[in-house]
Amino acid sequence: MNGSPLLAAFRRDVLQAWRRRADWLTTFFFFVIVVSLFPLGVGPEPEMLKTMAPGILWVAALLAAMLSLPRVYGTDYADGTLEQLVLAPQPLAMLVLAKTVAHWLLSGLPLALMAPVLGLQFGLEGEPLTVLFWSLLLGTPCLSFIGGVGAALTLGVRGGGVLVALLVLPLYIPVLIFGAGAVQAVATGTGAGGHLSLLGACLCIAAALSPWATSAALRVSLE
Amino acid sequence: MLQVRDLACMRGDALLFRKLEFDVEAGEVLWIEGSNGSGKTSLLRILSGLSPPEQGEVRWRGTALASARDALQADLLYLGHLNALKDDLSVAENLQFHSAIAGYDADAADIDNAIAAVGLTSRRDLPVRVLSQGQRRRAALARLWLASSRTLWILDEPFAALDVDSVDRLAALLADHVSAGRMAILTTHQEVALPAGRTRRLRLDAA
Repeated sequence: MNGSPLLAAFRRDVLQAWRRRADWLTTFFFFVIVVSLFPLGVGPEPEMLKTMAPGILWVAALLAAMLSLPRVYGTDYADGTLEQLVLAPQPLAMLVLAKTVAHWLLSGLPLALMAPVLGLQFGLEGEPLTVLFWSLLLGTPCLSFIGGVGAALTLGVRGGGVLVALLVLPLYIPVLIFGAGAVQAVATGTGAGGHLSLLGACLCIAAALSPWATSAALRVSLE
Repeated sequence: MLQVRDLACMRGDALLFRKLEFDVEAGEVLWIEGSNGSGKTSLLRILSGLSPPEQGEVRWRGTALASARDALQADLLYLGHLNALKDDLSVAENLQFHSAIAGYDADAADIDNAIAAVGLTSRRDLPVRVLSQGQRRRAALARLWLASSRTLWILDEPFAALDVDSVDRLAALLADHVSAGRMAILTTHQEVALPAGRTRRLRLDAA
């Protein structure tokens, strides 16, 4: 098997997203706006904002990731492309992997890149800011992998958008704990190494297992 | 090559068909007829391995489908009633994607030929969004010209929404396909000139 079918699946998702930029920009601006609302709501005390920043940024990232999930397989399901993916001679899990990487590139990576800028708003600086970026860079692909399973399970279900949140948000808890924890750990001076390693471990497990779970869920959804 | 034994299909609580048995051999077209809701699409989905049957089994080249899925998928072209086209991509981009995913090994010239064969050359670079219903169907059918090496074609209503010329071209392609020793299973409500002597009819009626 050569890599070209995977590349084709990846390229098509990116090309399609490029043609429908508005869809993906809404996710991004949702993240920016939710994060920016907090200082307005809780007041401008620098110390409090600094403490809350990692949690706020991470929760907003989870919600933004959530928002983009129904699109990953939803359109393919509705227009019949999913049938063709399932019937393709390539292993479905590999195509799922390609689509997940495309999803992360479009929805997760922009959040990780934007987070340090938003962190500045909360008075984060120096090492916590760097760690925030790394934690999101490691964490957002986990969100795409885990979320993919939920998105595949809720295909064709009425009100799938809410259901996917109920299914997937609890599974995001470890990512949230290690991700926000990493930034807090640096701020309190204990070092972020442990948290980031655990986040990396989450990513390895999610990347290894979720494509299989997702492809099984997709087959079930199509029956 | 394709054998169906004692097949039953339920949709919700309704029994669509049971004790269905037939064989399809190389060089044959199987035309599945039946009224709306008689289970034609469900049968095609079972044959292609998308849905499991309620009962009975399908064998491909002598092996039960449960363990022959990979072998079947390498031989199969399935055209569902959905076109599997992306609205925002052009006709050519959609076909390139399908060709790469399904492993047809088509180069740019093959794709242009397929687009010409369905008469969409002038629409080649337009997004599918702006095409009419019939043109979309033709764009989806262009895959057949790319997939001529696939042994088994399963086509759900391939003639729907097509104009007279396109119907003739598709019927001619089907005739070439089966005369080369391959096979096709299709549903249609239209009276189409399918390859004489090579076409068998199967009637599904509500059980």
